[in-house]
Amino acid sequence: MNIFSYPFDSDYILKKKKRLKKTLLSNEVSRTKINIAVLGGSTTDDIIAVLELFLLNYEIEPYFYKSEYNQFWNDSIFHNQDLVNFNPDIIFIHTTSRNITEYIFDLSLSEETLEKNLKSQYLYFEEMWISLFEKYKCPIIQNNFELPFYRLMGNRDASSPHGKLNFITKLNQKFYDFAEKNDNFYINDINYLSSVYGISKWADPLYWYMYKYALSIDAIPEFSFNLANIVKSIYGKNKKMMVLDLDNTLWGGVIGDDGKEHIEIGNETPVSQAYSEFQSYIKAHKNLGILLSVCSKNDMSNALDGLSHPDNILKEDDFIKIKANWENKDINIAEICSEINLTSSSVVFIDDNPAEREIVYSQNNFISIPCIENVESYIETIDRNGYFELTTFSKDDLTRNDMYRANAERENLNKKFANYNDYLLSLNMKATIKNFDKISISRIAQLTNKSNQFNLTTKRYTESDMSIIMNDTENYITIYGKLSDKFGDNGIVSVVVGNKLNDELHIDLWLMSCRVLKRDMEFAMLDKLVSIARSLNISCIFGYYLRTSKNNMVHDLYEKFGFDLINKDEKENSSWKLDIKSYENKNNVIQVLEEDY
Amino acid sequence: MTREDIFDRLTEVFIDVFDEDDITLSDNTTADDIDEWDSLEHITLITAVEKEFKIRFKMSEVSSMKNVGEMVDIIESRI
Repeated sequence: MNIFSYPFDSDYILKKKKRLKKTLLSNEVSRTKINIAVLGGSTTDDIIAVLELFLLNYEIEPYFYKSEYNQFWNDSIFHNQDLVNFNPDIIFIHTTSRNITEYIFDLSLSEETLEKNLKSQYLYFEEMWISLFEKYKCPIIQNNFELPFYRLMGNRDASSPHGKLNFITKLNQKFYDFAEKNDNFYINDINYLSSVYGISKWADPLYWYMYKYALSIDAIPEFSFNLANIVKSIYGKNKKMMVLDLDNTLWGGVIGDDGKEHIEIGNETPVSQAYSEFQSYIKAHKNLGILLSVCSKNDMSNALDGLSHPDNILKEDDFIKIKANWENKDINIAEICSEINLTSSSVVFIDDNPAEREIVYSQNNFISIPCIENVESYIETIDRNGYFELTTFSKDDLTRNDMYRANAERENLNKKFANYNDYLLSLNMKATIKNFDKISISRIAQLTNKSNQFNLTTKRYTESDMSIIMNDTENYITIYGKLSDKFGDNGIVSVVVGNKLNDELHIDLWLMSCRVLKRDMEFAMLDKLVSIARSLNISCIFGYYLRTSKNNMVHDLYEKFGFDLINKDEKENSSWKLDIKSYENKNNVIQVLEEDY
Repeated sequence: MTREDIFDRLTEVFIDVFDEDDITLSDNTTADDIDEWDSLEHITLITAVEKEFKIRFKMSEVSSMKNVGEMVDIIESRI
């Protein structure tokens, strides 16, 4: 199984990090390359080395800038040519309670002075973030503060404004207020992490005195894993669906053997209570936009019988797909993925049976599979893996379950029409296609960073990158499209960015959500792009296809669009050209509106 | 555990940490003898040795250890 999934062997990862890096780099996968600036208030070397491993495991290849020891503030506030040249995609500020300078233990200090000190400590950081945002326009990840391992006033340290615990708690709250107001600012919650790890183990002062590490070496893998989860989430690599086994995973016992009366779920026994809490935990993920499916070796009738048990928290209609049969589970998962257009790398498979987990992993190691052991620890094992780390959250996430359900209904409808065009017309589709705007930029960035299949160039942009090109109307045409149909609203589903060069338009980005494949939405987008281009006196549009392991489905998109091939290299990357003078609109099934539908 | 056993197990730890297959340790081996052995890897090494033998070095010991022989002396006295 994957050695980088929680719970991992920290000693092994630390000891073998050189070898592990070589192994990860030798895997032939396409990786997102990013530049991470690490600005430290203490030693960061092993933090970086282990972070690199976890990111490589997420198919992200990081390059690092590391500030000199304890130079985090100077590097942020003053001009730093090295950092400018490095051009960071993400800045991580590694400060800890060791970097607190304004706290003084003196019971004679007045409340005003204490408040002033707290504020000045906070502003020291805020000034730094603002300076970094202005200079580098990229996301910032900032540690909050861990609690100290001693308490001068004992329990009173928490409540008294003179206490250090109290100071740190208030300072953290100020950080959170900033985080909630600023989209590109993320808290690396070491306050929580050190608590679950054990503050006295975390803070082992030997590592501070010997090596100026502000945390124990042993805790570094957990620290770096936590940080890697934030980074992968910013880059849209969160998981999107949980596929769950039934027997002894969602309830105790085997429905086919024990019968509905005897499976353990509800409030009657300790075991059934544990399964109920676990079901509640799983169900709550629907609120986060996570899809749920069932994959169980059972007869369908038994599976549905089990799901109809009145004490279940999870009901049949909470699941987007239910596979209950005797096929291998990897095959069932692949079917689920293809039916709702998800890649297997967005799947978490949850099964109590190690043999089933092993078979699935051996057939498809892109699927994440936590090693759950006893029902009372299922939640912790899944939760600590950070599969669904929430950095950006858009309204579409809330309705994603409904959208996929509507998709499933569409599929049923599909079968009744002989002529595909008639089917498309019957969907009564309406699209709004317009220039990027502020209100949609978060969803546009999110879609851009998670789309892999219908994506011609797989370029990644942070929200701030997107804002910059949105405002640069001299040089860019930026459009996005929303699509609704009689089953529901799909929200924003397509994004196109073109770069103007005199009378030519070069398409930097063309992508679409796989939720709306084969709906002619791409033609509606092209029609709109051509009409905008004409109004700007552009005569030619150039398109590019950059092959990845995931975007084969669009290798001939520009051909379908009627572009002429101008070049194709040995890696099958290709360039295309379209003279738009004689272009005729291609979409005849979607009604395109000027304003929001 | 004999001194020889300690050397054998220690060699395995060195091989893992430095990712170098042909490491032979003697009493006189120092950081100068192994290319990859810099101050950063020293921290990893010390931590890995502590885990292997389930001991904890004192700060003063880490600072004053001059060669592998002295490291083995300390391990021998603890287990």
